Amino acid sequence: MKTAELGGLQRQEKESRTAARRSKIRVKIRQNYELYLFMLPAVIIYLVFKYYPMYGVQIAFKDFRASKGIWGSEWVGFEHFIRFFEAYNFWPIMENTILLSLYSLVFGFPIPIIVALMLNQMLAKRYKKFVQTVIYAPHFISTVVLVGMLGVFLSPNSGIVNHIIAFFGGEPVLFMASEGWFRPLYVLSGIWQETGFATIIYLAALAGVNPELHEAAVMDGASKWKRVKHVDLPSIMPTIIILMVLALGNVMSVGFEKAYLMQSDLNYAASNIIPTYVYELGIQKAQYSFSAAIGLFNAIINVVLLVTVNRAAKRLTETSLW
Amino acid sequence: MNSLLARKTKGDVLFDIINYTLLTIGMLLILYPLYFVLIASFSDPNLIYSGEIWLLPKGLTLDGYERIFADSAIWVGYGNSLLYAVVGTAISVSITLMAAYPLARKDFVGRGAFMWFFMFTMFFGGGLIPTYLLIKDLNMINTIWALVVPGAAGVFNIIIVRTFFQSTIPDEMREAAFIDGCSNTRFFLGMVLPLSKPIIAVMVLYHVVGFWNGFFDAMIYLNEESKFPLQLVLRNILVQNQVNSSMMIDVESYAAKLRVTELIKYGVIIIASLPLLILYPFLQRYFVKGVMIGSIKG
Repeated sequence: MKTAELGGLQRQEKESRTAARRSKIRVKIRQNYELYLFMLPAVIIYLVFKYYPMYGVQIAFKDFRASKGIWGSEWVGFEHFIRFFEAYNFWPIMENTILLSLYSLVFGFPIPIIVALMLNQMLAKRYKKFVQTVIYAPHFISTVVLVGMLGVFLSPNSGIVNHIIAFFGGEPVLFMASEGWFRPLYVLSGIWQETGFATIIYLAALAGVNPELHEAAVMDGASKWKRVKHVDLPSIMPTIIILMVLALGNVMSVGFEKAYLMQSDLNYAASNIIPTYVYELGIQKAQYSFSAAIGLFNAIINVVLLVTVNRAAKRLTETSLW
Repeated sequence: MNSLLARKTKGDVLFDIINYTLLTIGMLLILYPLYFVLIASFSDPNLIYSGEIWLLPKGLTLDGYERIFADSAIWVGYGNSLLYAVVGTAISVSITLMAAYPLARKDFVGRGAFMWFFMFTMFFGGGLIPTYLLIKDLNMINTIWALVVPGAAGVFNIIIVRTFFQSTIPDEMREAAFIDGCSNTRFFLGMVLPLSKPIIAVMVLYHVVGFWNGFFDAMIYLNEESKFPLQLVLRNILVQNQVNSSMMIDVESYAAKLRVTELIKYGVIIIASLPLLILYPFLQRYFVKGVMIGSIKG
């Protein structure tokens, strides 16, 4: 009896408390109605240009006819996906996409870390700043200009690279027109363009390393090399892991622009990757449903990859994105 | 304290020598291509062809630049890019700032839900084709709006600005202002924005560079040459080798045409990169700042 009464009282109190909280929330919403108006333009843009295409992606399961519209077109199930999986060029495209991205990652990922560790050991402030100013610069060059520069430098008869090769007695190489050179050029030009800028985030992490750790290490007689290895590197490990997770999760989302601009009939066998293929089929040949299916397939792999890699990182290192 | 860290063993001296040498070589490798484009654009194309240009320009000439200046397509592209950059930046930065501010407020009911609403698009999207069909249905093809509206207020930018607001606008300030009867709008315009000049600069520069360098959207959505931004004009010249014939009316032989084309390419690279080169001191400072704010996990 007594306990029941007490329970009832408690319930009452709880109810009045939730009611109070609710009315408080309502007051807050009313007070801050302007904030919702602030959000409105962004919300509309996202609904229209990000969420509506997610609805439109159903054309991947339909036989899209512009005259019938997205909703009116006929369902065909997984037909387009199966057609892609069974196509003669399915495996080559997958291989091209994965290899291009893995090479970029394997060669491109460690270099900024090493450069950042080296820069961090540079005590000549002015010179360090000068080096940074130079190596950040290529980041601001457009992809079109970058590919244009590759073209003029690697030109078989006028390019400086082939002049150097000729100087050492070699035969001119048709770099831009060769299947075998596509990936190395893609990766190297990427390293040239982005290494400097990618050091910033590691330098920021290195700036946060407690100087006392270094002092203690010096007292123990540790050399610079040892301090870099045993103090600096472990300190920026969490940053490295997070960026690694992001990079691995993005293995299947290679950028379109550079591959497309570098692509020609002569290197097509190596440069035909998922995004350029979707563009070619969808925009140039208007095979909307088939190309939307390929795009969706790619997007799903991306989500799965990111979630898996993040989970693995969480389990192994207790560092993760979310 | 510093003296302790400055103490060097023989091994440390060796370390420093190797470190400085490698970094200097790396820097030169990055610098040289840029430097080469610059000197080549002023040099006699015959000497570029025979590989005699290495360190200094030879056979100084402004021929390439004169031809570029005489070509209208490049200037039309320049004008278009400028227009797209200004309009696009204004739209996107305003919307980003407005969306980021409520998300930085702890008393904003629905903050988490809105955050997810934006963040979700980072992981999944409809993709190129559905987006293209939508733009087509909205009759935005061949208009400036296809370039400046769909990509406005990117998630990363919203997050960076939100992080900035959270760390620079103290709650007490807002509370004090509200007691004085200040409204959200007045507080945002009168107090928040003036305190946010650094992040506004970061956002403006991010967008200007993005619009100036972007060509993908223009390639897909624009089909009239008079509307092409500079990067599309550049692509025709640099990547597809289509130098406007009016640029070489007076060049006779095929071989000479090839050489002049090379010269024009070098010059065009310089002219296209000039605005960013002029902005570079600001770009460097504010882009670094943006990366720093973005790297704070939030």
